[in-house]
Amino acid sequence: MTDPLVIAGTTFSSRLIAGTARFPNQQVMLDALAASGAELVTASIRRISLEGYSGSLIDLLGDKYRILPNTAGCVTARDAILTAELAREALDTNWVKLELIGDRELLYPDVEQLVHAADELVRKGFVVLPYCNEDPVSCQKLADVGCAAVMPLGSLIGSGMGIANPAAIELICARSPVPVVLDAGIGTASDAAQAMELGCDAVMIDTAIAKSHDPVRMAAAMRAAVEGGRLARLAGRIPKQRFAEPSSPQLGLVGS
Amino acid sequence: MMRLRVNGEETELAAATIAELLAERGIDPKTRFLAVAVNGSVVRRAEWPMASLAAGDNVEIVRPLQGG
Repeated sequence: MTDPLVIAGTTFSSRLIAGTARFPNQQVMLDALAASGAELVTASIRRISLEGYSGSLIDLLGDKYRILPNTAGCVTARDAILTAELAREALDTNWVKLELIGDRELLYPDVEQLVHAADELVRKGFVVLPYCNEDPVSCQKLADVGCAAVMPLGSLIGSGMGIANPAAIELICARSPVPVVLDAGIGTASDAAQAMELGCDAVMIDTAIAKSHDPVRMAAAMRAAVEGGRLARLAGRIPKQRFAEPSSPQLGLVGS
Repeated sequence: MMRLRVNGEETELAAATIAELLAERGIDPKTRFLAVAVNGSVVRRAEWPMASLAAGDNVEIVRPLQGG
């Protein structure tokens, strides 16, 4: 495998992590995930309806994809930790995407609670991938307590606004001792490519695929964008300059 | 009959163990990807038939669902 993504000692050939929410139906979800090339997909942990249990979507995914459970919606460290423990039991995985929200409207992380919960979960043997602010200090704190990666937001979850602060993402990527996964706010393929060009190791995409007009095609677009952006990053781009520099030779011009 | 909280709802149950609670709710205990916690602690599947419930207990029964 050339240029694999490595998180907590596990190797992936795809640098696209896909979400499973908000698809118009199950079949579209399955087809889009296949088109995306994702190997790691996220799921939430929720109470069952108590009128009997009729089986879940995850039954379809369980053997083809590695599932990364999230603690979406949790606002306290205690709830997030319990959710992670329930997820470990339900899915037989010690990986968790840790989400701790400080504002229900913005879905911005609560950094204080997040670092505390990450610390405790790492001590309990979890592989923690935290959804976090696009701020180098928070990312460093999370790495310091032992997170396996950091997942800074590009912009608000589900907003499709792309990468609001590319300079911050670039700084985080340059300094992070752990892999950086751009998570939240990607809107279209160019955003995913940009994330990779800024130095991200992977991207996490849900809404941009699931809610596009043609999720299967958008999933394929995202796959290509992540691969293209990564190749561009490895190829080493030209610097930006404020003046023109002609590309054709200057000598031998007709009429000169 | 005993009063406890299951998935956020106060409820009266005849069940004395987690296995009995699941049966009472029509949930096959062999269902994959289920997890249960009582009073904030996960109870492993192997213990469901033995884990006894008490009045006032807070039970969470969860499974994975779509999520981002």
